[in-house]
Amino acid sequence: MIQADLNIILPEILLSVYAMVALIGAVYGGKDKLAPMLTWLTAIVFVLLGAWIGMTGAGENLAFDGMFQDDGFSRFAKVTILFSAAAVLIMGQDYMSRRGMLRFEYPVLIALSAVGMMMMVSAGDLMALYMGLELQSLALYVVASLRRDSVKSTEAGMKYFVLGALSSGLLLYGASLVYGFAGTTNFAGIIEAAGEGHIPLGLLFGLTFVTAGLAFKVSAVPFHMWTPDVYEGAPTPITAFFATAPKVAAMGLLARVLHDAFGGAVGDWQQIVALLSVLSMFLGAVAAIGQRNIKRLMAYSSIAHMGYALMGLAAGTAFGVQAMLIYMVIYVTMNVGTFAFILSMERDGQPVTDITSLNMYARREPGRALAMLILLFSLAGVPPLVGFFGKFYVLRAAYEAGLAWLAVLGVVASVVGAFYYLRIVFYMYFGEEGEALDKGRSVVQYVFLMASAAAMLLGVVNLFGIETVAQAASLALVN
Amino acid sequence: MTVAAIAFYLFAICVIAGGLFTVISRNPVHSVLWLILAFLSSAGLFVLLGAEFVAMLLIIVYVGAVAVLFLFVVMMLDVDFAELKGSMAQYMPLALLIGVILLMQLGLAFGAWEVSDQAEALRGAVTPADVQNTAALGTILYDQYFLLFQLAGLILLVAMIGAIVLTLRHRKDIKRQNVLEQMWRDPAKSMELKDVKPGQGL
Repeated sequence: MIQADLNIILPEILLSVYAMVALIGAVYGGKDKLAPMLTWLTAIVFVLLGAWIGMTGAGENLAFDGMFQDDGFSRFAKVTILFSAAAVLIMGQDYMSRRGMLRFEYPVLIALSAVGMMMMVSAGDLMALYMGLELQSLALYVVASLRRDSVKSTEAGMKYFVLGALSSGLLLYGASLVYGFAGTTNFAGIIEAAGEGHIPLGLLFGLTFVTAGLAFKVSAVPFHMWTPDVYEGAPTPITAFFATAPKVAAMGLLARVLHDAFGGAVGDWQQIVALLSVLSMFLGAVAAIGQRNIKRLMAYSSIAHMGYALMGLAAGTAFGVQAMLIYMVIYVTMNVGTFAFILSMERDGQPVTDITSLNMYARREPGRALAMLILLFSLAGVPPLVGFFGKFYVLRAAYEAGLAWLAVLGVVASVVGAFYYLRIVFYMYFGEEGEALDKGRSVVQYVFLMASAAAMLLGVVNLFGIETVAQAASLALVN
Repeated sequence: MTVAAIAFYLFAICVIAGGLFTVISRNPVHSVLWLILAFLSSAGLFVLLGAEFVAMLLIIVYVGAVAVLFLFVVMMLDVDFAELKGSMAQYMPLALLIGVILLMQLGLAFGAWEVSDQAEALRGAVTPADVQNTAALGTILYDQYFLLFQLAGLILLVAMIGAIVLTLRHRKDIKRQNVLEQMWRDPAKSMELKDVKPGQGL
């Protein structure tokens, strides 16, 4: 029995063993001198594991009495998580090395947090969910304050840690109420105990607290307070990481809990998720207008994007989950490109985050400016770019599920939010003449920026076929 | 009243009194001692419930390690407890609010709480009939929850790496012991033998 179980979690075991071997190797080997090599190696391991999971995984396999489930949905999320984490590791390596921030623990911690994220999206039990979540979060708290001599970075780590611990408390309290009602922590058991239709008050309390705890991790309003400060304080490559893989994992986990454990009571959680979605979209769109710091701006942008992804989830249908998955993949691709650009923003070798420093950028580097223009239009959801299709899917899912008001509000928020993306475009093309930024020097960042922008254009044809894959994944979750 | 009932009320009163005096006693060292009384009494309650392993764990871990650590912290660190107590009035409304919420939650648990019909059948960890609870806990922890146990290990590993990453500094300006250098030192080079003649000195 244990043999079969271990076979199912083999990718997770391999990644944890790799992390431990890398740690020992680096401690007894060259310490921080090995760090750049280790970063690349970790990224390669991520890509290989992702490809392996994506190609060979089949069917639905349960391990450890249903605590771990390997199905189409979890595999889709894992491939997205691993590929985006690999991309972020590679493009941040040069930035971190030059500033002496690249310690050998960084790739090890990222690998361990990836193990946590893989556990999260495969969780089939409230306890497994919590363990995965903590493994992921704890590693992220540490990397957020990796630049420990900077007040802002340590403040970011501290804030993230305290508020994260609070959210874990909410989640655990909710989990204990659910356990008190159902007598089991297994998702399959909970859905059986809850039955169809409206759920009793005690369980509803539990559901609300669990959702609140998870909304914290996806930084949905009103649990978003940590996001701008953490994004601003953490070193930029780590901010890029925060904005990509952990968001996919937390979103996958939320979908998993809502559909696997509370799938019989869609009406009960639909209103919670719809409210979170509306608040996130509007706060993300409005609060970013006053921001001059591009990292804070991206934080509000990610809050708004999470609002749209939650809209797909609020539909409560298989199509809604499909729309959410497609949205997350597009969001991650756009963010990888945008952060590749932000990483290359520097003046005299020092990182710059003020958006006014992009004045007349297009005259000096037309290629990069054009790529960034495409990405920003895509982030804003301007047709016919891929970002528009992501929004189109979630709006359609909400409309078809009878949430027309939510879809209308989504369109309004997207129009409001377009303002601050277009303002950056304005600075790049029509701004006043100012001090110039350095010429981009990192080839890797250039490649990621261009590839991401190209994907935003070329994906219009058929979204690279993720539509059918996401559909299969959503049908594995919702049935 | 049976002996068990008398013991229950005795332990229960001790837990509540211990908790109360932990909060209100003026001397922080006394607070820790009251806390230890509360721990010991709750261990007694666990024994009454038939969970002797958890009771022993409570004594060994909480009384033996955690409370002693508290005592050290209280005695070693220079914390101005009078000042902390002074700010207590400031947080009183918040504390009262939390207290009321807790009371309402207890009301929910005992009053309006519903349990699913299937809950009894779905229970994952039913107390086994003819196994001691130490053995039963072992089976659950290391067998049934093998995956969770290993994940907990990984979480602790991350905590350890994190503590080292965030605090370890390699200082250059201090002298360090180099054991190998000490061992490889040639005695012939570092010592000089002098033949001192009697009554003369060097």
